[in-house]
Amino acid sequence: MSRLEGAVSPWRLRRRRFLRHRAGVASLGVLGVLVMFALAAIPMQWFGWDPDATDLFARFDPPSAKHWLGTDEAGRDELIRLMVGGQMSLLVGVLATGIGGVVGVLIGLCAGYFGGRVDAVLMRFTDGMIALPLLPLLIVLGAVDLTKLGFSRGFAHSGAAGFWRIVVIIAIVDWTAIARLVRAATIALKERDFVRAARASGAGAGYVMTSHVLPNVATPIIVAFTLTVGRVILFESVLSFLGFGIVPPTPSWGNMLNNAQELVISAPALAIYPGLLIFATVIAVNFLGDGLQHAFDPRSET
Amino acid sequence: MTRFILRRVVQTLLVLLVMSFVIYSLIGLMPGDPIDIMIAGNPTIAPDVAAALRKLYGLDQPLLLRYWRWLMAALQGDLGYSRTHSQPVLTMLLPALGQTCKLLISSFVISVILSFVLGILAARKPGGLLDGIISLAAFAGISVPVFWLALMMILVFAVGLHWLPASGIATVGDGGFKDQVVHLVMPVATLALATTGGFTRFVRASMIEVLRLDLVRTARAKGAGEGRVILIHAFRNALIPVVTIMALSFGVLFNGALLTETMFAQPGMGKMIYDAILGNDFNLALSGLLFATLVTLLSNLAADLAYGWLDPRIGLQ
Repeated sequence: MSRLEGAVSPWRLRRRRFLRHRAGVASLGVLGVLVMFALAAIPMQWFGWDPDATDLFARFDPPSAKHWLGTDEAGRDELIRLMVGGQMSLLVGVLATGIGGVVGVLIGLCAGYFGGRVDAVLMRFTDGMIALPLLPLLIVLGAVDLTKLGFSRGFAHSGAAGFWRIVVIIAIVDWTAIARLVRAATIALKERDFVRAARASGAGAGYVMTSHVLPNVATPIIVAFTLTVGRVILFESVLSFLGFGIVPPTPSWGNMLNNAQELVISAPALAIYPGLLIFATVIAVNFLGDGLQHAFDPRSET
Repeated sequence: MTRFILRRVVQTLLVLLVMSFVIYSLIGLMPGDPIDIMIAGNPTIAPDVAAALRKLYGLDQPLLLRYWRWLMAALQGDLGYSRTHSQPVLTMLLPALGQTCKLLISSFVISVILSFVLGILAARKPGGLLDGIISLAAFAGISVPVFWLALMMILVFAVGLHWLPASGIATVGDGGFKDQVVHLVMPVATLALATTGGFTRFVRASMIEVLRLDLVRTARAKGAGEGRVILIHAFRNALIPVVTIMALSFGVLFNGALLTETMFAQPGMGKMIYDAILGNDFNLALSGLLFATLVTLLSNLAADLAYGWLDPRIGLQ
């Protein structure tokens, strides 16, 4: 048999479709710039830029050669804080989505594959989660005293605890969309001939799920993950803004707006920058998700 | 039908019961307990008195027992007293809910109307210039942090232009209808702007789907005018998924209301819950959260029923 002329692999087709989606490509560029902006803080810190160095004689300084974007209410350099804050916000977005996504994929796979009572229990649980008012729940979770859960005082008040707490609580509440999606896709796949053949030849549930079902639901999962990252970054910013997320002095885009209501009057620029960066990141992530959806959808024209 | 409704109501009650336990336990995990707060207010309380007080109020009992007692009292309408407001919780919930409803309903109506108009306009020529602009705006709407949008509104319309008041629900000494409306403009606009984006995307997608169907071609072939085709034939069919999603998004809207109320200092449910959690007002926080859950559950129930009612093809099993 000769090779088919002009045949293209599905991934090449998808890449081609994605590259035609201008907004998706542009947002990939914007995200690249934002990630580099956040990472540039690491080399800048070697050269003496310090996000925590306060200077009470230079509060609310306007932009200058020394402080390119001016200083905040404690005289700290705004630019380097925006960069380090970006690392926090992006990292929380990716990690919380990753952990919540794994939970969602597992629950969706089990519910869809085993069906019956397992499905009923898992899906009632998911429906219950969906019905919850998320933000109040996140605030309560953010206010939980870690020492009452048996963690040591030292750990409970450390910066690492603040970071992981927000990653975990967002992951706890934001897995439902992915679970439902994976369940629906799994149910559709379960009765396909190749999956039945695998089962008939004695493959175990774990094997069928990982090597037959999961690769075939990968594309909608990738899209859902992308869209979740945007939502998680918004959740992080809200929680940190309200004081239940990343704890100062560690900057995040959300907590840099902590006292934004006063800043609006005294230093409006400081109230604008972090929000604008959150806005740009989330809109780019959402457009990227849209572009991926377009690329992965076999119904969309080449 | 009756069986379906009954089953969904029972399910809703069960979810509410489970949630009440989860929220009760979580509230118990917040820093301190009511006696700690008493001690903070009056450090001379001796440890044995504190222990006696804990015993008196049953705080030394296991969690399940405390929850059971709370549940029994709550079922008889006793939700306890608010610590920070020195009032029964029940008398505080209703006015706060009224305030939130004003905000929620007016911004919901505005964003539904806006999204219908924008979604239909965009769906008429997918990929066209108008569609591009509307889609971009819709994306901006779902991506903007609501609290920051509120902040920017305050920056422009209150600090910059002095057109609108930045916070509260009425000017002291005025409080007339017009004054109250003026205070609602910015919160409602913020919430409506943030919600319209998502709604518009749903309307657009649903309309595009329906406009491809044969029924639209038939209507055109019969010579129906473009307006009639879109508004009567296509729109009515596109409504089914849209209505469900709008009813289901009530929870998201409530999140937005919590933030806008906090930003604009409006005494609604959202602000009440937030202040209660910050002020360690356990009873108020617990009841407020449960009330919010109940409202969300009821709107989901309504969405389910509306779905079956709008689309007779869906069997209600």
